Amino acid sequence: MWKFFHHLTSPPHYYRVGATLIPWLAIPGLALIAYGTYAGLFLASEDYQQGDAFRIIYVHVPAAYLSMLAYAFMAFGGGIGLIWRMKLAHAVGAAAAPLGAAFTFLALVTGAIWGRPMWGTWWEWGDPRLTSELILLFLYFGYMALRSSIDDTAKADKASAVLALVGVVNVVIVHYSVEWWSSLHQGQTLFKKGGPGMDADMLYPLLAMIFGFTLLFGALLARRIRTEVLFRERRTRWVRELVLAPEGGK
Amino acid sequence: MKPRQQRMLAVGLAIVGVGIAAALTFRAFDENMMFFVEISDVVAGEYPKERNFRIGGLVVEDSIEREKGSLAMTFRVTDMRCEVGVEYEGVLPDLFREGQGVVAHGRMGNDGVFVADKILAKHDENYMAPEVAESLAQHVDEKMQPLQEVGTECVSG
Repeated sequence: MWKFFHHLTSPPHYYRVGATLIPWLAIPGLALIAYGTYAGLFLASEDYQQGDAFRIIYVHVPAAYLSMLAYAFMAFGGGIGLIWRMKLAHAVGAAAAPLGAAFTFLALVTGAIWGRPMWGTWWEWGDPRLTSELILLFLYFGYMALRSSIDDTAKADKASAVLALVGVVNVVIVHYSVEWWSSLHQGQTLFKKGGPGMDADMLYPLLAMIFGFTLLFGALLARRIRTEVLFRERRTRWVRELVLAPEGGK
Repeated sequence: MKPRQQRMLAVGLAIVGVGIAAALTFRAFDENMMFFVEISDVVAGEYPKERNFRIGGLVVEDSIEREKGSLAMTFRVTDMRCEVGVEYEGVLPDLFREGQGVVAHGRMGNDGVFVADKILAKHDENYMAPEVAESLAQHVDEKMQPLQEVGTECVSG
């Protein structure tokens, strides 16, 4: 088991394993999203107060959750890369950042679209949940900008890993903001005391969407890491052999 | 200590350090971090006097009074202990209704009535079908009656 992981962290080995891994993540992910979309739009009953408008949670909740999970990958990759000097870990962080930024943006936009009719506002400055999620987006932008502004990959890895680790505190703040301070945003639904505050016919499509989005994120991340690894190892012998092979780098 | 362990310690200390710094900062600015002021604090006079602020609570049942021929209205907001009267003129969000969470932005008038220039509705963390809500409401009504009476021990406006 341990040896398997150790072996996986060698770039050429990951490059091969990653290729077989991607369809195993992407296909169930897309199937779950297809089911969740259909069930969320047609099988789940409308909400007693929000009517059909609540259905945006089927995109908003997975996007918001992944905006934090992607950050965890980025920070974890950075931390492992710094401590164990593992090349692949830094590649994970670099690959996760644009995905995390995209999900954060999606969470902010869907939240605003829902907030306009329900709360009566697109955006409220000073709300802890909204503001900390926006800071999360800026952290992703900062991470990517820092990375692209340093030409030396090893230096870029170190600097951006430190930034990712410092920003971890903001992920904690995003998660607990609705509990620590008064906020316009509602509290936890899925993990609240006494079970989820949601009917089963609304809940199952949501869970399907959350797992589906997560698997799809995994597939996209695995693919981005492959690209990242190939670029970083472009001067090595295994990449040269791969490219010059008759089947052309498959 | 091996270099690897030193790096591990450095990373751990950095995370803990940033966490402590953030906790201290938020403790210092605690009041400014609150999106709205609780009704009990408003009634006790603990609110910003010279500037606008937000109050948050539930709209009291049967307290909404609309002026005919205009968008002006008054209603009362409670946190189940205290109550504040609110004046407002303008458009309301979809979720605004009696018994629902609401956030009002504005300032305190001299007569103890909160003059709002913006009303936001707050949604709670429960989602359910209309039929479920109806049957639930019948049970809650029976149990919730005493709570309605508790709400009037301190009143403003």
